[in-house]
Amino acid sequence: MSHRLTLDGVKKSFGATAALRGVSLGVGEGEVHALIGENGAGKSTLMKILSGAHEADAGRIALDGAPFAPRNPHEARRAGVAMIYQELNLAPDLSVAENIVLGAEPSCLGCLGWLRRGAMRDTARRALAELGHGDLPPDAPVRSLSIAEQQLVEIARALAGEPRVMIFDEPTSSLTQADAERLFAVIARLKARGVSVIYISHFLEECRRVCDRFTVLRDGESVGTGALAETPMAEIIRLMVGREVSELYPRIAHTMGEVVLRVDAAASESGGLAVRAGEIFGLFGLVGSGRTELLRRIFGLDAMAAERIAIFGREESSASPPRRLAQGVGLLSENRKEEGLMLRRSLTENLTATRPIARAGWLLRGRERSATRDWISKLSVRARDPEQAVGELSGGNQQKIALGRLLHHDAKILLLDEPTRGIDVGSKAQIYRLTGELAAQDKAVLFVSSYIPELLGVCDTIGVMCRGKLAAVRPAAEWTEHTLMEAAIGTI
Amino acid sequence: MNALRRFFSFLSPLLALALVVGLFCALLAWKDVRDFQQQHEGTAFTEAFAKMRAQPDEAFTGLNSFITGGAWKKNLTQTAIVAVGALGMILILVSGGIDLSVGSSVAMCSVFVAKSLNTGSAPLTAALIAILAGAAVGCVNGSLVAGLRQNPFIVTLGMMSVIRGLALWRSENQTVNLNGDIGESWLLNLLAVEEPGKFWPLPAGVWLAIALSVLVAVVMNRTVFGRRIFAIGSNEATARLCGIRVRWTQVAIYTLAGVLFGIAGALQFSRLTQGDPTGGPDLALDVIAAVVIGGASLNGGSGSVFGAVLGALLMTVLRNGATAMAWEDWTQRVIIGAVIVAAVALDRLRRKER
Repeated sequence: MSHRLTLDGVKKSFGATAALRGVSLGVGEGEVHALIGENGAGKSTLMKILSGAHEADAGRIALDGAPFAPRNPHEARRAGVAMIYQELNLAPDLSVAENIVLGAEPSCLGCLGWLRRGAMRDTARRALAELGHGDLPPDAPVRSLSIAEQQLVEIARALAGEPRVMIFDEPTSSLTQADAERLFAVIARLKARGVSVIYISHFLEECRRVCDRFTVLRDGESVGTGALAETPMAEIIRLMVGREVSELYPRIAHTMGEVVLRVDAAASESGGLAVRAGEIFGLFGLVGSGRTELLRRIFGLDAMAAERIAIFGREESSASPPRRLAQGVGLLSENRKEEGLMLRRSLTENLTATRPIARAGWLLRGRERSATRDWISKLSVRARDPEQAVGELSGGNQQKIALGRLLHHDAKILLLDEPTRGIDVGSKAQIYRLTGELAAQDKAVLFVSSYIPELLGVCDTIGVMCRGKLAAVRPAAEWTEHTLMEAAIGTI
Repeated sequence: MNALRRFFSFLSPLLALALVVGLFCALLAWKDVRDFQQQHEGTAFTEAFAKMRAQPDEAFTGLNSFITGGAWKKNLTQTAIVAVGALGMILILVSGGIDLSVGSSVAMCSVFVAKSLNTGSAPLTAALIAILAGAAVGCVNGSLVAGLRQNPFIVTLGMMSVIRGLALWRSENQTVNLNGDIGESWLLNLLAVEEPGKFWPLPAGVWLAIALSVLVAVVMNRTVFGRRIFAIGSNEATARLCGIRVRWTQVAIYTLAGVLFGIAGALQFSRLTQGDPTGGPDLALDVIAAVVIGGASLNGGSGSVFGAVLGALLMTVLRNGATAMAWEDWTQRVIIGAVIVAAVALDRLRRKER
C-alpha cells in the first residue's frame, strides 16, 4: 500500500541528546493518523522536522513518493504540509479574510500590487465554506472571535494553500466539548477531501473517535502502530509507558517527620496534598494539568486560587516570594533559561541571589566567591571560576547552579519543577542522589516531573494532577506506570 | 584567560578614548601644517613640518588648543554635568529601564536653584531643594513604571514634557537671572575655571563628579542593592523568583537617579549662573549615549560606571576636537551620532564573539 506521507528511520540529535532514535510512520491519502506518546517522547521534534523548523540527521521522508526535506517552514508549506499549532499564529487585528490569505494575497502587479479585496473575500469564503463554516463573517477582526473560531480561521488559512498533509498539535486542549465536536466535523470534511491528517493528542478517547490508525512514540522511537478500532486502550497505554527501567535510582534511607506543607484545595476531589519533612513527594500529570501553576501559587508567585496553603502549620491568606523564602521555601523553576537563571551574570550572583553574603548591605565578595567554590565542588559543577557567566555552562551544570541556589538558601521545603528536564543522564543521576540526601536531612521535597520512571524511582509518595485538580495521591509503591498514566489521562 | 578578557572589556572605553584623542591629534597636526603652508607659500609639506618642529609651542596652535593641560581642564569641566547625569542613567539602564526626561529634570532643578537663591535661601538650601526636586521627579517616574507596569520609554517621554512644563511654569516662561544683591558663593563657582592655561587646580564640580562616580560604582558593585539592580535588569523573572521586591527596587532606582539628576541640575545652574527652563534639550541624548558608549546594554543587566564616565568624556573630546578643527556644528552632530551607532554596533559584535 502506498502512502501519502512516509517516514522511515528518521533520527535527530541535539548535541549528545538523541531526540529521535528511529521513527517510521505511514499516512495514507484521506487518513487521520493519531500520533501518541508521553511528554518528551519526541512528538514535537518530529513535527518540527515535518514543518521545516529542524532538519533530520538520518532517515527518509517521502511525500507522494518524492523525497521531502524542507529546509524552512515556507518550503514545507509550499510542498503541501501545513501545521496547526497549539498556540494559534494569527494577526489579531486583521480581519478573518486578511488572515486567511496572509502571505498569499490576491493582487495585481505582483507583490507591489493592488490588493484585490473581492478576490480575497471569495478565497476566504470558499475555504470557510469547505469547512462547513461559511457563516463566519470575513470582515470581522480575528480578535473578536472565540478561540474555536480563531482555530477555524487558522485551518481555513492552511486549507487555502491546498495542503496534502495537515498536522494538528493538541487541537482540543483549549476548546470546550461542544467546540471540540465541531472541530471533529471539520476534520471529517478534510478527510473526505482527501487531505491526510496527523493528529497529536494526549486524550486517547478523542483519538479513538477521530482517527483511523495510530503510531505510538516512546523515547524517540516508533514502538507500535495499528488501527485504533482494533486496539484496546490498555494496549496503547502499555506501548506508551512500557520501557525498561535502565537508569539507576539511588535510594538513600530517610525517615518522614511532621507535615510541613499542606494544601487544602476546596475544589479538589481528593483530600489535598500534605508533604512531610524528610519526604519526597512526586507530582505527575500531563503538560497543562496545573502542576507548575500549583507550585507557583504555593511559592506566592501567582495569586492563590480557592485553596488554603499552610507552611509549617501556619496558614496565611496571601503569600509572596520574599515571605516564602523567609519561611524556608525555595522554588526551582521549570524554565531554567527564561526564569530560573540570569544567564549573563556570574555563578556567584546566581547562586547567592536569594541570600547574598553581606554585612549591613555591604557584599563580602571574597566570602561569596569561596562559598561558590564550595558549591561548585560539592555539586561537581564543571566550571572555570565563580565569576564565569552561568550561560556558558552546559544545561546540566546550569541546573545544578539553579538547584544550588536553594541549597545555599538552606531551604527546608524545596519545590522542584521538572528538575531533570533537558539535562544529560549523568546530571540526572546526581540530582536524584541529591534529592535523596535532602530528604535524609529532613527536608521536604515536592518533585514535579513528567517522566514516570524517575518519579517511581525517586519518590516516597506520588500525586497525580489532571485538568487542574489533584486526582489521586498514593504511596509510590502502589503506583505503576500504567495506573499513573491512566490517572493523568483521567480514565480513573 | 577569563580575567584577561574582563580586563580588556574594562579597558575598552579607555582604548576608544585614546583612539579618538590620537585621531584628533593627527588631524590637528596635519591641519596646522597645512595652515603653515598657506602662510608661507611654496614650502613643501615635510619642509614646513621640520620648520614647525623647531618651535612647536607657537607653530602647532590647533594641536596645542586640544592637548594641553588647560584644554583637558576644559574637557573635564564641560563633561561634569553629562557625567553626573550618566551616573543616574546607568542605574536605570542597568535595571532594564530608561529615562528620557533627564534633560527636563536637570533644567527644572536649575530653575529651582535660581528661584530659591532669589528668595533668599542659603546656597546649601538651594542645592538641597534642587536635589529634592530631582528625587521627587525620579520617584514619580519610578512609581509610574513600577506601579502601572508601563513601558519606561513612554512614561518618561510623557514626563519629559510634563517636567519641562513645570519648569516653564515655575520660571514664568523665562530664564531666571539672579538678583543683583546675591554675591559670590560656592554654588556659583562649582564649574568656574581658574588659571585656564593649566590643568590644576580643577573646579570643585569636577571633583564632585569624580567623587560621585566612585560612590555610584561602589553602590553598584559592592552592595546588595547594586546586586539587585543587575538582577532585575538581567532577568526580572529570576529576580522575582529570588524574592527581590522588584517594584520597590525600581522606585528606589529611579529616585536615586533623580537625586543625581538634581545634582546635575545644580551644576547646570552653576555653569550658566542662571536657571534656564529650556536648557539641555540634547542632554538626554548625551547622557544615554555616554552610558551606551561606555558599554552598557539597552536591554539591561550590564554596564560599567567607569565606562559611562569615559563615554561622557569621549563626547566632550569629540566636540572640542571638532571645534578645534573648525568644523561646523552640523558636522559635529553627524560625527557624534555616527560614533554612538558605531559604539553600539561594536558592542554587539563583541558580545557575539563570546
